[in-house]
Amino acid sequence: MWDVLLWGILPYVMVAILISGTIWRYRYDQFGWTTRSSQLYESRLLRIGSPIFHFGFLAVIAGHFFGLVIPMSWTLFFGMSQDFYHLNALLVGGVAGVCTLGGIVILIYRRRKTGPVFMATTTNDKMMYIVLTAAIVLGLWTTLASVFSGEHGHNYRETVSPWFRSLFILQPDIAAMAAAPFSFHIHTLVGMILFVVWPFTRLVHAFTAPLHYLFRPYIVYRSRDQEPGQIRPVRRGWAPIGTQDRTRDKR
Amino acid sequence: MRVMAQMGMVMNLDKCIGCHTCSVTCKQAWTNRAGTEYVWFNNVETRPGQGYPRRYEDQEQWKGGWQLNKKGRLVLKGGGRLKKLFGIFASPVQPELKDYYEPWTYDYKTLIDAPLGDDFPVARPKSLITGEDTKISWSANWDDDLGGAPEMGHLDPIVEKVRRESEDKIKFAFEQTFMFYLPRICEHCLNPSCMASCPSGAIYKRVEDGIVLVDQDKCRGWRQCITGCPYKKIYFNHKTGKAEKCTFCYPRVEIGLPTVCSETCVGRLRYLGLFLYDADRVTDAAAVTDVTDLYESQMDVLLDPNDPEVAAAALDQGIPSDWLDAARKSPVYALAKVYKVALPLHPEYRTMPMVWYVPPLSPIVDLLSEQGHDAEDNGNLFGAIDALRIPVEYLAELFTAGDTDKITEVLRKLAAMRAYMRGITMGQKPDPSIPAAVGMTPGNMYEMYRLMAIAKYDERYVIPKAHVEQAHDLEEMGCSVDFEGGPGMYEDSPFGEASGRPTPVAVENFYALKDRQTSDTPAGEQSLRGRVNLLNWDGNGSPVGSFSEKRDQPRAAPPSPADLRPPTDGGAL
Repeated sequence: MWDVLLWGILPYVMVAILISGTIWRYRYDQFGWTTRSSQLYESRLLRIGSPIFHFGFLAVIAGHFFGLVIPMSWTLFFGMSQDFYHLNALLVGGVAGVCTLGGIVILIYRRRKTGPVFMATTTNDKMMYIVLTAAIVLGLWTTLASVFSGEHGHNYRETVSPWFRSLFILQPDIAAMAAAPFSFHIHTLVGMILFVVWPFTRLVHAFTAPLHYLFRPYIVYRSRDQEPGQIRPVRRGWAPIGTQDRTRDKR
Repeated sequence: MRVMAQMGMVMNLDKCIGCHTCSVTCKQAWTNRAGTEYVWFNNVETRPGQGYPRRYEDQEQWKGGWQLNKKGRLVLKGGGRLKKLFGIFASPVQPELKDYYEPWTYDYKTLIDAPLGDDFPVARPKSLITGEDTKISWSANWDDDLGGAPEMGHLDPIVEKVRRESEDKIKFAFEQTFMFYLPRICEHCLNPSCMASCPSGAIYKRVEDGIVLVDQDKCRGWRQCITGCPYKKIYFNHKTGKAEKCTFCYPRVEIGLPTVCSETCVGRLRYLGLFLYDADRVTDAAAVTDVTDLYESQMDVLLDPNDPEVAAAALDQGIPSDWLDAARKSPVYALAKVYKVALPLHPEYRTMPMVWYVPPLSPIVDLLSEQGHDAEDNGNLFGAIDALRIPVEYLAELFTAGDTDKITEVLRKLAAMRAYMRGITMGQKPDPSIPAAVGMTPGNMYEMYRLMAIAKYDERYVIPKAHVEQAHDLEEMGCSVDFEGGPGMYEDSPFGEASGRPTPVAVENFYALKDRQTSDTPAGEQSLRGRVNLLNWDGNGSPVGSFSEKRDQPRAAPPSPADLRPPTDGGAL
């Protein structure tokens, strides 16, 4: 019963919220769609932490893709033994995971300890950091657990991965996922929560990664709006247009 | 040939008194919001000085603008596209708040709330970033009027460069030598490097008037434009996480009003008008090998609106004919290309800036008069321009990429104009040898004098209105110019001044402003039927009844404009 709910229904709920939430925010909150960079306040720690975290995270995503999407039979077919794969995943995945965790620890430390940066941190940001950090920590735990639990540890490519792929053909292999150990369950669950909150946090900036910069012309010409000065109707959006002035008599 | 129109500005630096009115009014209009406390779209720097943000001109540090690569092609100094994308997670070169300054306010409330005591309450400075007590140690114009120059003067990147090149010649005399003000806004470049640096493509140049804007909805806060702009005129709003910049007051310019900085300029040193340029030639012009050729190549891109071929091409490409007329009357074109006295700021950045400067002659004039010479004699002035190497070299670093010949040429023109007009004003016979010495005709020189010294509002600001069907919707929804009889509505209402429907405030402002700025009579003289409205009084004339009659004898009449007639030597333009 719980298994059906968690591994049969929740994934689809998550996808629905992720997609519809992103579309909604893209339509209604272009102005709030930004990295909200705090580099203006503090640069030294950011220059160390941010690239470590981001590049680590990109490597983690690549690793997840490799582990979840590509079936074990394919890698075996190309002559990659399970042992070799496992070692590789542990080494590369471990390094990427540690980088990501180290990066985010630096960034959170910076955020807490630098006055202006902490002041610019919203409740939304704090919730997001909790979920994001939890997902990273739990992910590393699954990796470490598989190192310490015997010869090969748990082979998630026989449980989690088939379940993941089965979701896309709308026939979730709930039994496979249910067979995975607890560490994988909790990591997957927190991961799904992360994707649910994703469209409603500053994480959306990842969806507009500016890859088109590589192809666009340097100089952009654009015609003036044909109806200048027409004040846009105030739409209900994610955040009110403009910013609230800092309350100055907080003292 | 692809003819495009560009709104441009010229600032005559000799007239700048460094009052910061432009900065203040601009800030009030555009950047008085949270997140932009430290932002000055318009700032006035004292030169020599570090500028704002500090040392922004040191491109070896800040990596702004363009440079030529080994193959002679134009590339961003901050790196190519891939390098930019890899550096996106933490912009490798970016000014921090301390390079601008930490904005602050004062704890005024204490002055009122403090309990009774022996000490006077003090309004302590509070940081606008952290809200905590702060120590004010820098600002956008901390080194105003050479403040702290003995300690910090050498930090000006141009001083560094001039010193390096001329060794100890100026080592100590420097601080006493000269000073002038440099008001700066966004340059609205033809080849903007901020735009090229923007990963999102949010910065764009308007086809109609060339104004460079940031699309606030498309900007994602990647901050590369801030590195890209060599003038550091793009700012990061730390509240919204978006880039912001000078808008050339486009909502005003679209309806024919000058920018706020121009409008409020006390010295009337700003000129606004159109340039026509060939958009196809911009990239090549920006890629000439020798930086000292950039000024010339930039001039070559500008097209002559009186050339029938250019006019035909312009019309062909959809530039309306009233815009062509405006381009023909453009004061900025005249100063930059006809008289060749306006120069671009730092052409060596290869961005083709479109805010031009008439370099100041005052450092030289001041020095001459301080030494007891006649500072308006052309012989003295010409001699001084040649002799006073340091100011000339400094100006050359600012305006001609270090080429002192060009700046000397311009300064000599200004000196000649001064000497020539002095002669005329003092009733002497005009000396045609003075204009001839700088390659101008007397008529030409007189026209230049007119434009630079006594041009009226309409001549200084030649701004064609934007062509839109709904132009009347520009300022207020549903407010139209034909409100109660259209432009005439500003006249009397049937039952007295305030009768009838209330006037939409935007219409009132627009016509009141226009009326006031372009008339020679006190504002509202007719409409108020001789009554005085001190709120609207603009200092133009003296309204009846507002001042007591003068008892003493009337002052001597000022010289009438007729005394300043141009010499009749047939040297018209």
